[in-house]
This record gives sequence, C-alpha cells and structure tokens, in this order.
Amino acid sequence: MIRDKQVPMREQSGAERIRNFDEVPYGYSDDEAAAEAARCLQCRNAPCIAGCPVGIDIPAFLLAVKERDTARAIAVIKTSNALPAVCGRVCPQETQCQGVCTLGKRFEPVAIGRLERYCADWESTHPAAPTSVAPSTGRRVAVIGAGPAGLTAAGELRKMGHDVTVYELLHVAGGVLMYGIPEFRLPKAIVKREIDGLRQMGVRIEVNQVIGRIATVHEMLAGGFDAVFIGTGAGLPQFLGIPGEGLNGVYSANEFLTRTNLMRAYLFPEYDTPLRVGRRVITVGGGNVAMDSARTALRLGAEESLIVYRRSEEELPARREEAHHAKEEGVDFHFLTNPIAFLGENGRVTGVRCLRMELGEPDASGRRRPVPVAGSEFEMQADSVIVAIGNGPHPLVLQTTPGLELNRWGNIVADPETGATSIPGVFAGGDIVTGAATVIEAMGAGKRAARAIDAFVRAK
Amino acid sequence: MYKILEKRRLGPGIQEYVILAPDVARVGKAGQFIVLRLHERGERIPLTIVDCDPKGGGVTLVVQEVGKSTREMGETFGVGDSVLDFAGPLGVASEIERYGTVICIGGGLGIAPLYPIARDLKRAGNTVIGIIGARNKELLFYEDRMRAVCDEFHVMTDDGSYGRKGFVSDPLREILAAGRPIHRVWAIGPAIMMKVCAKVTKEFSVPTVVSLNSVMIDGTGMCGGCRVEVGSATKFACVDGPEFDGHAVDFDLLMARQKFYAEEESCSLERYLAERKGAETR
Ligand SMILES: Cc1cc2nc3c(=O)[nH]c(=O)nc-3n(C[C@H](O)[C@H](O)[C@H](O)COP(=O)(O)OP(=O)(O)OC[C@H]3O[C@@H](n4cnc5c(N)ncnc54)[C@H](O)[C@@H]3O)c2cc1C
Ligand SMILES: Cc1cc2nc3c(=O)[nH]c(=O)nc-3n(C[C@H](O)[C@H](O)[C@H](O)COP(=O)(O)OP(=O)(O)OC[C@H]3O[C@@H](n4cnc5c(N)ncnc54)[C@H](O)[C@@H]3O)c2cc1C
Ligand code: SF4
Ligand code: SF4
Ligand code: FES
Repeated sequence: MIRDKQVPMREQSGAERIRNFDEVPYGYSDDEAAAEAARCLQCRNAPCIAGCPVGIDIPAFLLAVKERDTARAIAVIKTSNALPAVCGRVCPQETQCQGVCTLGKRFEPVAIGRLERYCADWESTHPAAPTSVAPSTGRRVAVIGAGPAGLTAAGELRKMGHDVTVYELLHVAGGVLMYGIPEFRLPKAIVKREIDGLRQMGVRIEVNQVIGRIATVHEMLAGGFDAVFIGTGAGLPQFLGIPGEGLNGVYSANEFLTRTNLMRAYLFPEYDTPLRVGRRVITVGGGNVAMDSARTALRLGAEESLIVYRRSEEELPARREEAHHAKEEGVDFHFLTNPIAFLGENGRVTGVRCLRMELGEPDASGRRRPVPVAGSEFEMQADSVIVAIGNGPHPLVLQTTPGLELNRWGNIVADPETGATSIPGVFAGGDIVTGAATVIEAMGAGKRAARAIDAFVRAK
Repeated sequence: MYKILEKRRLGPGIQEYVILAPDVARVGKAGQFIVLRLHERGERIPLTIVDCDPKGGGVTLVVQEVGKSTREMGETFGVGDSVLDFAGPLGVASEIERYGTVICIGGGLGIAPLYPIARDLKRAGNTVIGIIGARNKELLFYEDRMRAVCDEFHVMTDDGSYGRKGFVSDPLREILAAGRPIHRVWAIGPAIMMKVCAKVTKEFSVPTVVSLNSVMIDGTGMCGGCRVEVGSATKFACVDGPEFDGHAVDFDLLMARQKFYAEEESCSLERYLAERKGAETR
C-alpha cells in the first residue's frame, strides 16, 4: 500500500522561529527518509528526471535511500548535481521534479527535495572521498561571478583538468546564496562547505575582484585565459519609479537582505552594519525575494509584516513552501493591491498609497493582467517599505565588454545549449542570461557551458 | 589581506594611508573609490582613491575619523597591519579633458579626492584654479600638493585662522562675477558645500561636477542604497557616479539620506569608545 501523503518534516513552530535566524525545517531522520523514499513507484519512464533541470537519476537515488544506502544515494545525486544541500532546500520542486511525479497525479508527489537534502546532510557528517580531478590540461579558464552558475561551471571544468580561477566582486563567494537567501532558509555554513569543497578540488576563488574595472573580459582573453565564463547574475535592484522612493526607510530587497545576510545587521552592534526596521513593515512583491524579506523583517523585530502584491494568490511566483511558511509566521498578505506612492514625513517613510486591482485579460505571460479599480485609492501605514519587484542584469561586465550581444532586457544573448555568446571564447549562463530565475537553472547553465568550454579549449 | 605600507597624520582625526593592493593600483583613476572592510565584523566603507602607484602597488587614501569604523582604523591599524578586504576601483573615473580653464574646489576632506583630479586636469593642459577650504587651519591639508598643480590658488578657513576668512564659494563667485571664462568646475566636499557651489555656478551657467558620498553598502550596484536623484532620474552613486552634474542633483534628498543611520552610528561609536576605554584601563 502506498501512503497518499508525504512523511511530514518536523520544523520549528511559527511563533518560535520568528525569534531566531535558525533554519526552519529540521530535516528527515533515517527512518522518515526511508519511509518517504519507499513511496516512489520507480516508474520506468521516470518523468521526474526530465523535470529536474540537471537530470538527477531520481528513482535510482530514491531506491538507495529506501535501502538505507545513503552513500550510494549521494553518489548518484552528485554525478548530476554539485550542490544538493542547496537545491534540496531552495528548488521550486512543485514546478520541477515533484511537479511531474507520477505519484503526484493522485496523491502527494514524492518529497524529492527533502530526500535530496537528507542525503546531502548525511554526507556532511560522513567524510567523503575527495572528488577526482582529471590530469592537468594546461588550459586556463576564468569564471566571473561566484554564484551557483559560476561555481558549477568552475567545479565541472576543474574536474575535467582545467586550471580555473573564479573572480568575485564581493568579499565572499556564493552570490545570492550568501547575500540574498536568508540563513533560516539556507544556512550559510552549508554554502561555505560546498565552496570549500571546490577549493579542495583546486578551484581558485578570488574575492574582492571587480571585473570590468580591474580587468575586462577582453583583457582576460588577451592575458592568457583560453576561455571566460560570465555568471554575474541579476544583481541590479529595480524600483517602482513612484513618488517617495528616495525616502529613508524605503529599501530594495537586495539592500535589506544584504545588510542582514552578508553584513549580519541582525547582530548589530556586534557587527558594524546597522539596519532599521520599525514596528510595521510592508514588502511589495510576490516572489521568493518578497517572502524572504517579509520573514526577515519579523525576525528583526517587526511586530507586523505585510506583503502587498498586485495579482491574486494564485499567481504568487514564490515557492509554495515559502508562501506557506510566511503565512504560518504571521505575514499578512494583501493581494490585488498596487502601491502608487510612498508617503513620508521629515524624509522618513510613513506609509504607502495603494490602489485595489482586479484581474483582467491574460497578458503575455499567460497570467491575467491586474487592472486598477477606479477610485479605490487608500493608504497603509508603514515604518519601513521593502521593494521586491525584481532585479535586472548586473551592469559592470556588460558595460565594459564591447561586442557582447545583449537582448532587449539587457541580458546576454547566449546559446541555451552551450552558453556561447557573440564573442568567441566567452560563455555565459545563469541569471545574467535568463533574467532572475532559479538556483538549479543557473547550475544547469553552468554545467552545460562547462562542457562547451571544455570542447572549445581542447580544440584551441 | 591588504597591508598598510604607510600611515601619516595630516591633521586632527585625518590620516593618510598607503595600502598594498597592486591590482587596484595598476588601474585606479582619479574620481574612483574603493571599498574596504577592516575585519570580519566590519562594515564595507567606501573611500576615494587619492593616488595609485602602479609599480609599487600602493593605493593612497585619506580617511577622516568620523565614526566607529574610521576611528577604529585610525586608532588600531598601523603600518604593517592588514585590512581584511579591499575592492576596487569602483565608480566611473573623472572625465579628464582639455577644457581650457577649470576651477577645482575642495572643502574639508573633499580636498583629498579633489587633488588627483586637479593634478590630472593640469597634466591634460588645463589652466587650473584651485580653491581649498576647511573649518580651521588645523584641518587643512595637501596645501603644498594642490599648489604644485594649480596656476592660481585660494585658501579659505571658516574662522580666518589661515588664508582668507570665508567659504570656498566666495572666491568662486568673485572669479565668475569678474567675467573670466571658466569652462568647468569641480566641487567636492560636504553636501552643503557642493550645493552652494553648484548654485553659484548655475547662475553663471558653468558646467559643474560634484562627487556624491551617499551611504553605500556593496558599492557595486547591487543594493540601491546609494541612490540619488539627478535630474529627476534615480541613479546609483556607486556605479553611475560618484560624479554627477551638480546642477541636476537633489542635494536635500542626499543630505536626508546621509542622516538616516545617525542614531545607530552614534550607538556603535559609543560602544566602541567604551570598549577602548575598558581595554586601556585594564
Ligand atoms: C532573495 C532571493 C531568494 C531566492 N530564492 C530562491 C529559491 O528559493 N529558489 C531558487 O531556485 N532560486 C531562488 N532565487 C534565485 C536564485 O538565487 C538565482 O536565480 C541564482 O542565484 C542565480 O545564480 P547566478 O550564478 O546566475 O547569479 P548570482 O547568484 O546572482 O551570482 C552572481 C555573482 O556574480 C558576482 N558578480 C557580479 N558582477 C561581477 C563582476 N563584475 N565581477 C565579479 N563578480 C561579479 C556577484 O557578486 C554574485 O556573487 C532567489 C533569489 C533571491 C535574490
Ligand atoms: C564614494 C565615497 C567616497 C568616500 N571617500 C571618502 C574618503 O576618501 N575619505 C573619507 O574619510 N571618507 C570618505 N567617504 C565617507 C566614508 O565612507 C564614511 O565616512 C565612512 O563610511 C564612515 O564610517 P564610520 O563607521 O567611521 O562612521 P559612521 O558613524 O558609520 O558614519 C559617520 C558618517 O559617515 C556616513 N556614512 C556612514 N556609513 C557610510 C557608508 N557605508 N557609506 C558612505 N557614508 C557613510 C554617515 O552618513 C555619517 O555622516 C566616502 C564615501 C563615499 C560614498
Ligand atoms: S535538483 Fe531540484 S529539481 Fe532536481 S531533483 Fe533536486 S530538488 Fe528536484
Ligand atoms: S515520477 Fe515520482 S514516483 Fe515516478 S520515479 Fe519519479 S519520483 Fe518516483
Ligand atoms: S552601494 Fe549598493 S548599489 Fe550602490
């Protein structure tokens, strides 16, 4: 008999966890993992594999977990995915592997993400054999940006025997995994561990390196690199362009999250970077970034954390689990609401003027377009406002690389299969190509580009 | 780690450092800045590049001790010590061209970032009129360096303790009112000083460059915390600037934003001073 429901994962209660930055779910025990893995039907066509952007052999690893052979399970995962501890936690599984799981047609799908996380966490406490690296090819590759795309490309290229250097402009590697996604969702120790693994393989990671200023892509190619991979991400915060955006207390989500995650403002004054939150915080937006901001605000002491989103609940782009966790923690959702001005006194934000919206005809994205309801203006009070409406491409490398073709959104035009750009020897992948997307898609792009780069530098 | 090669006191609470950062020293230009972090718990502080030694790898900075981080740097970081992080060059370099006659105005600490601009403008063949000013004689520095690159030079102090008594905008107005052809003005210093200078040059329609020191976090275009309004468009001072058209900048907004964390900053400073005191008496 098959259990129709997933084995639940124990987690901190909503009331408890909003007072700390610890991870919310605790993870499966050995028995829970084996029981959940046993739910897999071992489908011959295994649609789940195609649902995973990096094509993990999901039934094979689930079988190993069921048989309590976690070492084998993690080995299966790692042939396709270098960062399972990260993906198991942050993949939008409901639209990927679990979204197409056969079991999910009638019951709850297999909890693939949680099991992937279980295997990765097991590995962290069991010394693994060092990843084998092919003999040196004498070829040098530069990777710009130490986010999931760049790190994956670097790891793959190193395994193939190339000499790889990653250049990162911040003082730590990890990209969004370090500065964006909060500790309570993705503990930074996990990211650091994965990055240490890359270093042990011989990947050089150089922080504080502002590519575009310190050296350009063309200079890197001229200066001895056989190929360059650009994985600089979508780091440029967008604003609404409405009155009052310059008021103190209006943050981009990037600023709010960077102050918290990267600079540890929640430990101020122990750490030197401050962050002012106030009693009532309004976050504008409906994606993961908005959920992370609203939940972070609670942990920083806000008594009320509200989300204002211009579409309806159905259209929320956030991972389902994040929206669910946000609600449990008391985040108050205001759907079909759109800000039109930030209000302030003495240079400080005091509120938001909004319009009510209703859903009209479907737009280009297939979602019904929100249209304003005439005369529905109203005001909401706020001590801080966080704008989480999306990020554009990080500009530095793009502005300093003549000949690099960009599309009309300013993203790099790259071959989806190889990452090849308009400049020979220059490859790109991740958010800088697709616009803000997901960790696993960025990794998939890094991996495909690594294969193409390998072929390119060997042919040189 | 980035080693401090030299350290020199220029005035009360003003230190000049030379820090070993060969990659930055190779390419850093006038008008650009770096971001440094003293230690693991430190904040990222933006500081303007005053000079680069591409051969020796040193980058010269001038730091005014205004709060916790800058005081900590002044009091506990000496020659031979290292700062943890040092990233740059950031921002867009000054547009150095042969304009004709230019006026370079530096107020207070603004003299430090102004110096390399004046120097490069001179090298580019401009006639350079320098105006520097500070609250008093003690706080004035780089007079000799500035004099060496200026064809004409004015020194002002608020209290008259040195040079002429008055503000840097006084000689600026006199020069412009005398009808001398001036092709461009650089004004760098406290926001209020830049605002006043820009107002004067606007009357005479002389293009004016100012350098905005809004509060920054990453300094790389990633957080939007440094945003400023220039000609009613939102710009990020760290990547679009820090230099902007002084006639288009909303200085009042800049000043309001600079003050946002005043309470936290003073709390951090007091805590630091109490700790220092504890350490000294122990
Ligand atoms: C708050 C937040 C929450 C998210 N939650 C999820 C989630 O739950 N699940 C999910 O799948 N995805 C999530 N995402 C999206 C996901 O994080 C991104 O799609 C992914 O990180 C993209 O990877 P990347 O390597 O392309 O870019 P990034 O992670 O952005 O990394 C790019 C790196 O390049 C560096 N860089 C940029 N320019 C330069 C330069 N000139 N020189 C040197 N280095 C440079 C940057 O500093 C950065 O470290 C979230 C994003 C955010 C912001
Ligand atoms: C592009 C740029 C170039 C600069 N160049 C120089 C320079 O060459 N020499 C110099 O002495 N100072 C320079 N500054 C200012 C310097 O960064 C701040 O004085 C320093 O960060 C203050 O830190 P603190 O902890 O000592 O003081 P705090 O107590 O934190 O703050 C004191 C003052 O500094 C301002 N400030 C605080 N944090 C920041 C921050 N992260 N970014 C900008 N301003 C901040 C505050 O508004 C306040 O007025 C520059 C700033 C910018 C943006
Ligand atoms: S990497 Fe993501 S999509 Fe692939 S199996 Fe794991 S959780 Fe699913
Ligand atoms: S689709 Fe679901 S049930 Fe089928 S093999 Fe994949 S995980 Fe197992
Ligand atoms: S300091 Fe973050 S965008 Fe300028």
